[in-house]
Amino acid sequence: MLEIFQFEFMQNAFLVGTLIAVIIPLIGVVVVLKRLSPLGDALSHVSLAGVAAGLAFGLNPIFGALVFAVIAALSIERIRKSIPKYAEISTAIISSLGVGLAAIFSGFVKNANFNSFLFGSLVAVAPFELYMVIGLSIVVVLVMFFMRKALFYMVFDEESATLAGIPVKIVSMVFAVITAVAISISARVVGTLIVSSIMVLPVAVSMQISKSYKQITILSVLFSVLFVVAGLFLSYYLDLKPGGTIVITGVITLAIVFFMKRRR
Amino acid sequence: MNEIIKVDDLSFAYQGKLILKDIGFVVERDDFLGIIGPNGAGKSTLVKLLLKILTPSKGKIEILGEDIRSFSQWSKVGYVSQKANSFNGDFPATVEEIVGASLSAKTGVFKRKTKDHKNRVYEALEKVGMQDYGKKLIGKLSGGQQQRVFIAKVLVTDPDIMLLDEPTVGIDMKSEEAVYCLLAQLNEELGITIIMVTHDIAAITMHANKLICLSENGMRVHDVNNPITDETLSEVYGYNVRLHSHSCLNCKHNKKKEGAPC
Repeated sequence: MLEIFQFEFMQNAFLVGTLIAVIIPLIGVVVVLKRLSPLGDALSHVSLAGVAAGLAFGLNPIFGALVFAVIAALSIERIRKSIPKYAEISTAIISSLGVGLAAIFSGFVKNANFNSFLFGSLVAVAPFELYMVIGLSIVVVLVMFFMRKALFYMVFDEESATLAGIPVKIVSMVFAVITAVAISISARVVGTLIVSSIMVLPVAVSMQISKSYKQITILSVLFSVLFVVAGLFLSYYLDLKPGGTIVITGVITLAIVFFMKRRR
Repeated sequence: MNEIIKVDDLSFAYQGKLILKDIGFVVERDDFLGIIGPNGAGKSTLVKLLLKILTPSKGKIEILGEDIRSFSQWSKVGYVSQKANSFNGDFPATVEEIVGASLSAKTGVFKRKTKDHKNRVYEALEKVGMQDYGKKLIGKLSGGQQQRVFIAKVLVTDPDIMLLDEPTVGIDMKSEEAVYCLLAQLNEELGITIIMVTHDIAAITMHANKLICLSENGMRVHDVNNPITDETLSEVYGYNVRLHSHSCLNCKHNKKKEGAPC
């Protein structure tokens, strides 16, 4: 066995990282093609507020992130309906609220490494968190698989999807909650400031080389797993923050793909 | 039953402004109905009312003999918008995926695909002459080809009625004529009732058997008993209009109805 896998905390970090690498781009394909990329940022900021609240009040920080992000996702949908012509404002409002709350709650955090939730950390993923991430990842994958055809139609043409009888409002609501769940459980290993990059980067790379929507989805998951696994290895051996290493790996890959595509 | 759509005493107001007033007409099975009129006359509003996207301020709409308020067989009503014109050209999906999505919506998006799913998708593509483009990305096709795919996307659900809102906007003349000819063929051979909003008066008068002219003065219906003339058109549009016939390339289906409105 490789030296890196002799430690239980590294095994857990790789397991959690790989699960996150699978679920985040499944959501990312829809987010990117629906041009909702700021949604990832907004929910990750709110997750950070949840982490800070959890640490400040002695609760599990990932659980705090989960509760905050789900409430934020539902609020975004609600505000979006209230001001349909300027729907993107809803994301900006919740994003600002997230940063504001994170700043306030972080002032009450004592004896905890708050920074590790910004850029990710390989240190102990608690057993409770491990089981929560495994359970919620299975839920996310199943729900995304179940809704895949409805989401594709809605991403392509929401008006036609509505006319075709697809329950657009319900699917949008469930998707917002699932996105919140996926982002919040990524906070420990990947970091809240990095997770929205993993949502976008693998999809951006796949879009350059794919020949169908299905290919984009599959390749996005494969690239994401590649970025996360490579990032975790590099962060361990070079003693770097895992979240940052994962994102840099993704950006370099995207640059290479762009370069090769232009040369063709 | 021959009455596919019956509109009775229909009015629609938006933000206090009356857009449609006391409209009434009947669309019969196999009709190819053209809806024309100047911008702002309420053509697209009428289509949205027929699709239940908007609710009338007054009046009644019946589809396939049923009040639209309780009508549920929406899979029998297909809608083609100006999508090819406003379409995101970079959308990364294949023709097969897009037409397949429409079929899945009919058979149930939360159910497993039926065994003949792919065959039905390609049958619909064949009807519009796009069967060789199934694996192509939709964004790589021309405007006319994209609009054919969007017609196939509707055809795959076996509709009785097709509503089209200016489907030929933004595509070249040859492709435009091909779309008209295709619609006339679907109308003639498959018996699909066509209702089409358009600004191309010359082309629509060549294929439609009934015309609705909307203007701020109200609505007129034209058919073989009441043919449309240059004078009527000039009155509807508010300036001199002279009707010149289109040359319809290789289309056997123009003027196919005895009831051609001009």
